[in-house]
Amino acid sequence: MTTTLRLAGLTTVLLLLVATPIAWWLARRRAWWKEAVAALVTLPIILPPSVLGFYLLIAIAPQSPLMALLHPFGVRTLAFTFEGLVVGSMVYSLPFAVQPIRNAFEAMGPRPMEVAATLRAGPLDAFATVALPLARRGFLTAAILVFAHTIGEFGVVLMIGGGIPGKTEVISVRIYQLVENLQYGDAHRLAAAVAVFAFAALLALLLLDRRIDEAVK
Amino acid sequence: MSHQGDSGVAGRFSGALGGFRLDADFAFPGEGITALSGPSGSGKTTLLRAIAGLARFEGRLMVGGEVWQDAGTFVPTHRRAVGVVFQEASLLPHLSVRGNLAYGSRRAKGEGGLADAVDLLGLGALMDRRPAGLSGGERQRAALARALVTQPRLLLLDEPLASLDAAAKAEILPYLERVHRSLKVPALYVTHDRGEIARLADRVLHMQGGRIVTAPPAAEPSLAGLDAAARDALALAALRAGLGDSAP
Repeated sequence: MTTTLRLAGLTTVLLLLVATPIAWWLARRRAWWKEAVAALVTLPIILPPSVLGFYLLIAIAPQSPLMALLHPFGVRTLAFTFEGLVVGSMVYSLPFAVQPIRNAFEAMGPRPMEVAATLRAGPLDAFATVALPLARRGFLTAAILVFAHTIGEFGVVLMIGGGIPGKTEVISVRIYQLVENLQYGDAHRLAAAVAVFAFAALLALLLLDRRIDEAVK
Repeated sequence: MSHQGDSGVAGRFSGALGGFRLDADFAFPGEGITALSGPSGSGKTTLLRAIAGLARFEGRLMVGGEVWQDAGTFVPTHRRAVGVVFQEASLLPHLSVRGNLAYGSRRAKGEGGLADAVDLLGLGALMDRRPAGLSGGERQRAALARALVTQPRLLLLDEPLASLDAAAKAEILPYLERVHRSLKVPALYVTHDRGEIARLADRVLHMQGGRIVTAPPAAEPSLAGLDAAARDALALAALRAGLGDSAP
């Protein structure tokens, strides 16, 4: 359970940091080829998790060019490690973070940032004090989706994590193994716990969103 | 064009943006309200955006002896001491009226003018309200106050009354006249409403097809040579005509 929660929490936080500049860029640029970038970012939705997991495994294996870049820092491979799972989960959930945030930035339109500039706010200042608060619903949606999606992922974590107990074994993989070993009782308990937790987490976030909304009005 | 000394505003912009060609050469004195008039699509808003630095054209711009743009310089909007009132509601929706005013005054180090602006535009009772709960006229009053507290050296107003109905216009015009009387910096006021020009403008620049043109034959009457009574009568007539234009 803790591996799963740590993975989902860390993935959510890191992915929001990565997705925000991408979403901003996609929302503000007009170039046609930005849609090529948008398609690339959206690709993980369409690819079967096993395909994505396979490519990720190749990318984080000891001989990969990507890992060669990390050799000077003492990192030889991320395969079958918790860090590797975080990287994989981030790639897997990238579209679920970028899309809601991009939509929120686009819905805001260019005017609020222009207003902020006429009030002497520099670009970063305006981004932090105008764009972020106005797009907060997009961030909340992105956070819920990424967190839930990471808890629910199975194929990618199995491919690149290997299900090592205490290290890379997340709940979805654990349930699979329990069922394979015909331990239906344990599988029941764990599955029910996940279902209840997911419902409670979603409900809490939606209620929080409602309170923010009412505070604004 | 004629130079306006150190306090005036003078510039020239040329270039194309999205199929529209701007080729404007203009100058106006460093005090009072200069109306920028002309038919829809003549480039009034584009010129105003170029002056604010929100749209970028080739050219030059001097405001009160400061270079805001020339061949080698383009001062970004957030470094220009410019106050802008946009056509439609532009208050930051996540902040109260107080928050909107503070947003500008804090960054411009202009806290001193806050109380005056609140008073001038009658915002005392509205300070804790959110933009969503204000009428159109109240929003524009707050937007005008917000522009004033940034201590601008130039005030730009882009048809600030265009989105208001006749009643709201009539309610806000006295506030604009008060601002006009206390204004210490030049203002460029985009409008094609003759009533607003008659009541608020000290002079008029005309625009057509992206250029500043000399006044057409049916020129706006010069108000400078008239006595107060004649001026009031003219203004009233013009106001009625203006309100009549926009009545449904």
